[in-house]
Amino acid sequence: MKTSLTFRAYLLSALILGVLLMGWYLATLPQKAAVAVPQADAEYAALMGGSAVKKSGMPTPLEVGHTLQEKLADPFYDHGPNDKGIGIQLGYSLARVLAGFALAALVAIPLGFLVGMSPIMHRALDPYIQLLKPISPLAWMPLALYTIKDSSASAIFVIFICSLWPMLINTAYGVAAVKRDWLNVAKTLEVSPLRKAFLVILPAAAPTILTGMRISMGIAWLVIVAAEMLVGGTGIGYFVWNEWNNLSLTNVIFAVLMIGIVGMMLDMVFGWLSRLVAYND
Amino acid sequence: MQTDFLKVEALSRIYPASRGKTAVPVFENVHFSIAKGEFVCIIGHSGCGKSTILNVLAGLDEPSSGVVIMDGREVSGPSLDRGVVFQGHALMPWLTVMQNIEFAVKSRWPDWSKDKTVQHCQQFIDLVGLTGSEHKKPSELSGGMKQRVGIARAFSIQPKMLLLDEPFGALDALTRGVIQDELLKICAATQQTVFMITHDVDEAILLSDKIILMTNGPRARIAEIVINTLPRNRTRNDIHKDPQYYRIRNHLVDFLVSRSRELAVAQDASYDPRHPPEVRPGEAGDEVPSDMPRIQKQAAIHLV
Ligand SMILES: Nc1ncnc2c1ncn2[C@@H]1O[C@H](COP(=O)(O)OP(=O)(O)OP(=O)(O)O)[C@@H](O)[C@H]1O
Ligand SMILES: [Mg+2]
Repeated sequence: MKTSLTFRAYLLSALILGVLLMGWYLATLPQKAAVAVPQADAEYAALMGGSAVKKSGMPTPLEVGHTLQEKLADPFYDHGPNDKGIGIQLGYSLARVLAGFALAALVAIPLGFLVGMSPIMHRALDPYIQLLKPISPLAWMPLALYTIKDSSASAIFVIFICSLWPMLINTAYGVAAVKRDWLNVAKTLEVSPLRKAFLVILPAAAPTILTGMRISMGIAWLVIVAAEMLVGGTGIGYFVWNEWNNLSLTNVIFAVLMIGIVGMMLDMVFGWLSRLVAYND
Repeated sequence: MQTDFLKVEALSRIYPASRGKTAVPVFENVHFSIAKGEFVCIIGHSGCGKSTILNVLAGLDEPSSGVVIMDGREVSGPSLDRGVVFQGHALMPWLTVMQNIEFAVKSRWPDWSKDKTVQHCQQFIDLVGLTGSEHKKPSELSGGMKQRVGIARAFSIQPKMLLLDEPFGALDALTRGVIQDELLKICAATQQTVFMITHDVDEAILLSDKIILMTNGPRARIAEIVINTLPRNRTRNDIHKDPQYYRIRNHLVDFLVSRSRELAVAQDASYDPRHPPEVRPGEAGDEVPSDMPRIQKQAAIHLV
C-alpha cells in the first residue's frame, strides 16, 4: 500500500512535469502570421537573415534542453570574464555562500550559547537582535562596498549578515530550552563547564541549531543571486544578469534551473545532517 | 547506632512571594539525621517540600537558612559524593544505555582506561538486569528499564549517599515491585546510605529503616519519625505476614489521611523541632490488634 502510494506520487509528479513541458511547448510554438506580412517587414526579416515566421521571444523547451545539454557537457571552461562555464559560476557563488555562512556560524553559535545560557546576556542583546534581524541583507551592501571596497568580500559580508540571525536565534533558543534535568545530572556529576557545553548542551540543542543552519543556508542561497547581480564580476547571479543583458532568455532559464537544483541539494545536505543529530525523547 | 553521617539542621526554604502576598516558608526548622548505611524515606502530601529538601541535600538548591552537613563537611553545591536518581529518569536521549552510564563513570574517574570504564559500566548494567540492552537508546526502552538505567548510573559512581526522588512514581505496580526488590538487594549488598521520597506507604515500609513524616505545607515541618522495626531481611512476599507490618502501615495511612492536616494547624506543646518525636508503631503491644477489620479496610485505601 505504501509503495503503491510512493509510486503513484512519482507518477503524478511525472505527469505534472509532462503537462508543464507541454504547456510551455504549446505557448512557444512558432506562429505563422495570420495576415499577410507587410512587404517591408519580410524584406527586413530576410535582410536580418531570419525567416518570415514570427517567433515568440520565449525560448522553447527544445532550445533550453539543447542549451542544457551543451552547457553541462563542458561546465568548467573559462574564456575570459564574460564567458565562463556554468560550473565555474556556480562554484564562485557556492564559495561565497559557504565562506559567509561559515563565518556566520563561527559567530552565531558561540554567541547563541552565551545568549541561551545567560539570562542577562539575553536581555542585553535582545534589542539589537530584534532591531538588526528585519533589515534586508542587501541594504548593507552600500556600507559593505564602502568600507570593504572589495566586491567579492562585500557579497560574502552580505551572506554573513543574512545567515547570522536564524542561526543565532535558534542556537540561543535551543540552548535555553535544554532540559533542567540533564543540566542537573551534569551538575551532580561535577562535569566541567567545557565538557558540559560539548557533551550535554551541544547534543541537546543540536537539532534546533541545525534547523537554524538550514534556514540560514536557504536564505543565503536566495540572497547570493541578488548580491551578485549588484556586485557583478563572477557568480551565478552575475551570470543571470549578464545573460539578461545579452537578451539570452534561454541561458537565463537554464541558470534559474541550476539555481533551483543547487539550492535543493544544499537543503538536502542539511536535512541529512539534521537526521544525524536528531533524537527522540 | 553510629555517629550521624548526614545532619540537617534548622533547614527552611522561602520562595519569593508573588505580588501582594507575604512570603511563607515552604518548610521551616527541619532537623533530622541519617546514619551511615541507613535507608530513610520521607512521606508527606504534595507540595510540602520533599523535592526541595532533596534538592538541597543534592546541592542543586540552596536553603533559605540552615545547613546540611555530610561526613563532617557542609554541603555547598552538587558533588559526586551524592548520586541522584531523578523522578523523570533524566537520561540523555542521544546516548545509549552504556554511554549514559559511561558519562557518569568518566566524570567520576576521568583517568580510567576505556576498557576499565566499559567493564565498570557493564557491571552496573548487569546489576539492574539490563544485560543485552547496552546499546539501546532510551527511546527504545520501557519506562521501568529507563528508571533502572537511572539507578545504575547513580550507583555506578559509587557515591557515599543516594538521593531518590519518587524513583518509581511513574511505573506500574508490577515493574515497581521488581525494581524495589532489586534496590533492596543492591542496598543490602553495598551498605548504601539512601534518602528517598515516596508517596507509596508500602514501598516505604518495605525499603526503609525510618520514615520521616511531614505535615502539610506551607510551613511544613517534621511531624514525627517512624522507626521501622520490621527485621531488615524483608521481602515483598513475606512482609505482609508480620503483624508489625499492619500496625506501621495503619499508622502511616492514618497520618496521611488525617493527622498530617491536623498537626499542620495545631502542634503539641511538647513538640521540639530539634528532636521530632520518634515513634515505633510496629512494637505497639504484642496482643493481636482487636480492630483487625478496620486495619484491613484502611490497608485498602489507595494513596496518591
Ligand atoms: N521555583 C519555585 N518558585 C516558587 N515556589 C516554588 C518553586 N518550587 C517549588 N515551589 C513551592 O514549594 C512547595 C514545595 O515544592 P516541592 O516540589 O518541594 O514539593 P513536593 O513535596 O516535592 O511535592 P510533590 O509530592 O508533589 O512532588 C510547593 O508548594 C511549590 O509551590
Ligand atoms: Mg516532588
